[in-house]
Order: sequence, then C-alpha cells, then structure tokens
Amino acid sequence: MAETEHASGGYRIYAVTWFWLLVITVLELAIVLLHVPKIILAAALVIMAFLKAGLIVAYFMHLKYEKLSLVYTVVVPMVFLAVILFSFVAPDAIHVFRLRR
Amino acid sequence: MMTSTHAISQEPMSSSDWEGGKSPFGIGWPKLMMWLFLVQDTLTFAGLLTAYGVMRLSLGRWAVQAEVFNLYLVGAMTFILICSSATMAVAVSAAKRGDHRKVSTYLLLTTLGGLLFLGGQYIEWTHFIHEGARLFTNPWGIPQFSATFFITTGFHGFHVAAGVLYLLVTLWRWNRRSIQPESVEIAGLYWHFVDLVWVFIFTLLYLI
Repeated sequence: MAETEHASGGYRIYAVTWFWLLVITVLELAIVLLHVPKIILAAALVIMAFLKAGLIVAYFMHLKYEKLSLVYTVVVPMVFLAVILFSFVAPDAIHVFRLRR
Repeated sequence: MMTSTHAISQEPMSSSDWEGGKSPFGIGWPKLMMWLFLVQDTLTFAGLLTAYGVMRLSLGRWAVQAEVFNLYLVGAMTFILICSSATMAVAVSAAKRGDHRKVSTYLLLTTLGGLLFLGGQYIEWTHFIHEGARLFTNPWGIPQFSATFFITTGFHGFHVAAGVLYLLVTLWRWNRRSIQPESVEIAGLYWHFVDLVWVFIFTLLYLI
C-alpha cells in the first residue's frame, strides 16, 4: 500500500503477468502441433497449466501478498486433493485400461 | 533481547492474531468467504475433471479433439479470458487507488471479454451439436466424449455467465458509489477463478 508513485507504474505487474500467461499459452498450442509422444505431451501441458494457475493465483488474485495463513488455507487443500485423487483414482483407471487391452 | 520502551503494538506478534477482534487471515470476512467458496468450487471442478480423466483413461480410446474442435477458436477464447483477467486486475487496482473512471472502464472491458468468451462457447456448442453431438450420444461412438464435454464446459460456461452478471452488478453499484474497493476485489477473485478453471479445462479437454 506504499504505491503512491505514478499510477501507471502500479499496473505494470499485471501487464507482465498477462504477457507470461500469453507466452505459456502459445507454447501450449505449439507443443500440441509438434506431435510429441502422448506421455510427454500430457506432462508438459499439465506443468504449463499449473504454471499459469500459479501466476493467476499469485499475481492476479494477489495471494502472493496475503498472509501465509490464507495462502496455506487455499493451497494445502489443493495439494491434498491432488494426492488423494491421484492415489485413489489412478490405480483403478489404469487397471481397467490394462484390462481392456 | 530488546529491553527498550517500544510500544508492543509495533511488533507483529502472531499470537495477537488469535486474541479476537481481528481476522487471523488479515482480511475481512467477505473476502475470506469468497476465498473459501472458490476453494470449494475448485474441488467441484476437480471432481468433474477427474471423472473425465478416469473415464477417458479406462476407455482406452477417445476422439481426436483437434479434428472435432476448432483449436484456433478455443485458443482465442483462452486468450480473451486471460485478457479479461488482466483488465479485472487493473480494475481492482484502480478501485484501491480511487480512480473511479478507470474502474468503470476496466470492469466494462472485463465484461466484454466474458461476453466474447460466451459467444465463442456458443459457436463451439452449435457446431458440435450440428455435427451430431448430444448429451448421451454422438457420431464418434464414444458417448462419454460429448457427455463430459457438455457437462464440463456447460458448468464452466454457467460460471462465466453468472460472473458477467456479477460484474455488471458490481459496475452498477460502483457507479452509484455504494460499494467499497474491496467489493470490486472480491468480484475480481471470482472472475480470476473462472479464468483459472478454464486453463485446466482447456488443457485437459482440448489439448491432451
């Protein structure tokens, strides 16, 4: 809240974040057109999606500047969710996938 | 150890956060409740996307999205939503600085972005339906393909539409000077969430 400098400077962070979001989006579309192996494609796209999510949450939603307790309240359920989802859902899905082969 | 006579209130002691009269999260309850709602909504979307992942993985076969959907249109929709998130962030920042006109301008731009996105989604759906896709059947022989598509993008599109209404109400109330900058920020949190979910839908439903 010490942003009493010229107003246009305070908006710069949003322009920079926007720029990187765009760069990542272009990379996402590019990697789809490159025809890499499916596993690599999936891994790269998911990583890029999380990068974009991180940028949006940290800078647009301002979470980077909030109290740590709020950051954890938001982030920890997501990590927990990811772990739970993956460990409970993936084995069955993969099992059925193999059964069908 | 300091033994000076500095006022204790200048020390940011974390224990005092819990002694009442102050939010331990450092924010007011309206903003906190929006964050908690967004956590809940994230889990809901995560459920939908996980179900899609399980079905697709266990089926072992799927349609080729690049051949069914216009990835340039979807890419443009993604671009538009990202831009609308940027304009929303500017609107929130302007509200905090008391720049009234800028808030109105950028809230309008954000709303426009949302409407353009909905327009793109409309084009996508009508094209898909025209090709024969229905909720429980489609010409590609994989019922889950159209079902997961309509339900996931439909649920998200509903969020975008609600967000557009939310933004318009916020704009109206801001022009009447009946809300605080924090209310604009809270509307911004919702809008960024909508963009966030789209990032994952775009990646998982269209690209992979």
